[in-house]
Amino acid sequence: MQNQTTQRTSKQWVDQMLREHYEKARQAKAEGRLVCWSTSIAPQELLTTMDIVTMYPENHAAAIGARRDTEPFISYTERSGYSSDLCSYARVNLAYSEIQHSEAENMPMPDFLLCTTNICHTVIKWYENLSKELNIPLIMFDTPFNHTDEVQEHNAKYMKGELYAIIDQLEEITGRKFDYDKLRQVMEISNETCYWWKKATEKAAAHPSPLDGFDIFNYMAIIVFARGTTEARDLFHLWHDELEEKIRNHQGPWKDQEEHYRVLWDGIACWPYLRYTYKTLKKLGINMVTSTYPKSWTVSYETGDIEGMARAYSANVYPNRNLNYDVANMVNLARKFDLDGIIFHSNRSCKLMDFRQYEVQRRVLEECGVPSVIFDGDQTDPRLFSEAQYETRIQALAEMMAENKAKKGRAAQ
Amino acid sequence: MYLGLDIGSSSSKVVLLGEGGEILAAQVVNLGTGTKGVGQALEAAYAQAGAGPDQVAYAVVTGYGRMTYQGADKQITEISCHAKGVRHLSPEARTIVDVGGQDTKVIRLNPQGGVENFVMNDKCAAGTGRFLEVMARVLDCPIQSLAQLARAGEAPVSISNLCTVFAESEVISHLAAGVSQANVAAGAIHSIATRIVGMAGRVGVEPQVVMTGGGALNGALVDALSRSLEQPVQVLGNPQAMGALGAAVFAREFAQKRAAQG
Repeated sequence: MQNQTTQRTSKQWVDQMLREHYEKARQAKAEGRLVCWSTSIAPQELLTTMDIVTMYPENHAAAIGARRDTEPFISYTERSGYSSDLCSYARVNLAYSEIQHSEAENMPMPDFLLCTTNICHTVIKWYENLSKELNIPLIMFDTPFNHTDEVQEHNAKYMKGELYAIIDQLEEITGRKFDYDKLRQVMEISNETCYWWKKATEKAAAHPSPLDGFDIFNYMAIIVFARGTTEARDLFHLWHDELEEKIRNHQGPWKDQEEHYRVLWDGIACWPYLRYTYKTLKKLGINMVTSTYPKSWTVSYETGDIEGMARAYSANVYPNRNLNYDVANMVNLARKFDLDGIIFHSNRSCKLMDFRQYEVQRRVLEECGVPSVIFDGDQTDPRLFSEAQYETRIQALAEMMAENKAKKGRAAQ
Repeated sequence: MYLGLDIGSSSSKVVLLGEGGEILAAQVVNLGTGTKGVGQALEAAYAQAGAGPDQVAYAVVTGYGRMTYQGADKQITEISCHAKGVRHLSPEARTIVDVGGQDTKVIRLNPQGGVENFVMNDKCAAGTGRFLEVMARVLDCPIQSLAQLARAGEAPVSISNLCTVFAESEVISHLAAGVSQANVAAGAIHSIATRIVGMAGRVGVEPQVVMTGGGALNGALVDALSRSLEQPVQVLGNPQAMGALGAAVFAREFAQKRAAQG
C-alpha cells in the first residue's frame, strides 16, 4: 500500500478503480464467473465471500446520467410502456437490460439478482421485472421499514433468517459450499472500509473543510461496489490522510475560491447537471460539506455477527428509518458540520425521499434555525431540471446565509 | 439617484429613487427578458424622473433576466428584492405572496425584515401569472378584465387540475357544458388561491400579509387569497414594481455603504 500511496492520489486511484471495475467484470463474465446485479446498499459480504462479480445498476445509471446519455434509455423504456413517473434509475436500467450497450460503460449481464429493500420499494418490482424478462433467479432481502426508533427484535430475527436463506440460495446457484471463515474476513475488511469512509467524510467538519463535498458523489461509487475489498479500505485510508494533511496546512476545499458557506445536500445528485449544480455553488463559495449519504454506507457491526449485520443493513439507511430519526440525523449533522444552510433536492424519481422533505425542512429549521431551499430535479432524467430555477433558489439561500452571518457578526460585536 | 431594475419573464420594471429614498419614477413594460422591454422601461423611467443614466450612482438588477444584464453594479434575487421593497413601504409586513409571470413565491420575513424562509412553485405553471394568462385567453377576456368577470361568478366551478394544460382543457369542457364564463373565471381564480395557500402553509403565514407581482393587480385574486388565508391581504403601491423598488432600495444602501467606506 505504501508504494501505491506515494505514486498516486486517492482521486487518481478512484478513477483507476472505476475504469477497472467494469473492465474486470466483463473479463470475469467472459471467463465464466457468475455475475450478480444488486441494489446499492446490499449485503455484499455474502457475494464477495462466494467470489461473485457484483454490478450495481444504480451506479451504472448514475454514470450514464453524468455523461448526459440517459435520454435514449429513458425514451426506450417509456416506449415499452413504462410510466415517466417511474424512478429514472429503473427506467435507465430496464432499457439497458435490453439494449445491453451504453457509451458510458458496459455492465456484463447478470446470472442472478439480489434485491435489498432498505433503499426503497420500487426496487422490488424493478428487480422482479428483470428476473422475469431475463429468466434468472432473484434473491430478495426484505428489510422492514423501521416505524419505531430502533430495529425491532422480531425484525432482526427475521432478517437474520433471511441472510441464512440467501446463503442457501447462493450455494444452490453456485454449486459451492459457503465458506464462513472467509465471510469473517470479508466482514472485517468491510467494517474497516466503512470506518475509513466515515473518518474521511467527517474531516469536512474542519474549518475550512479540506473536502470539496461533491467529491463524495465520486468516491461513493467505490463504497458501493468495493466495500468488501482491501483496495477500497486502503483507498479511503489514503483519502483520509490526504484530508488530514490539508487540515494541517489550513487548506480549504478549493485553490481558486474561498469557502464562504457550508451546506448539506439532501438527496441524490442531479447527475446530468452535476457540473452545473456544482459550479453554481462554488461560484458563491458554497461548499457541500456533508450529505445524508456518508452514513448510509457506514455499515458497521461485529465481525461474525450475522444478526448485527442484518440490523446494520436495516438501520443505517435513512430511507428505512422513521421521521424522527431523519430529523435528528440532520440536526446532528447541522451541528457537527457547523452548517449555514441545507439544499434539498426534490428528486422526481425518489418519491420516498421527497415524501417527508417538507416536514424534515420545517422541523430542522425549528430545531436549529438553519435555512434551506428545495429545488426540483431528477437523479438521471434530464428533462426535469431548470438551471434558472436552481440558480435563483441557490442565490436566495446564499442571501439568507449572508444575512445570518451578518447578524451573528453584529451579535458578536 | 439609484436604479432598481426587475427583468421578469413577461415584464420589465424600473424604479428610480432619489437621495432621500423618495420614488422619482416607477415604470412597468409588459415585455420581459430578451425583448426591448428593458430599454423601454428605462427610457420611460428616465423621462418620468427628468434625469439621465449618467445620474445613476448605483444600480441593482433582479428577476429572471438578472444574470444576463450587464448594466448593473450588483444582481440580487427577486426573493430578497421583494422583501426589501415591501419592508420599505410597510415595516409590519411578515409574509409576502408574489405572483409573477412564471414564479409564485411565498416569503416569510423575520421581525427585522430579513428573509427567514421562502417557497417557490416548482416547474409547473399552476398558481402563476402564466396560469391567469392562459385562463384569460380561453375565456376570451382581456387579462385586465378577468377580475371583474370572476367577481360576477356566483357559483364558481371547481377546477381540479394542477397542470395548466389540463386545467385549460377542463375549462373548455366546462364552457362546452354551458357553464357561464363568470363562473369559470371565478373557479380559475379560486384554484390559484388554493394553490398559493398550499405553498404558504409550508412557510407559515404571519400577519401582515402583502401581495406583490402582476397577480396582485387582480383584485378578485387578492380577495380570494384573503378569504382562503382567513386574514387581510394588503396590496401596496405598484405591486408589479415591488421587486424593482427593492432593488433600488438595495442600490441606495450599497451606495451609502460604499460612501461610508470612502
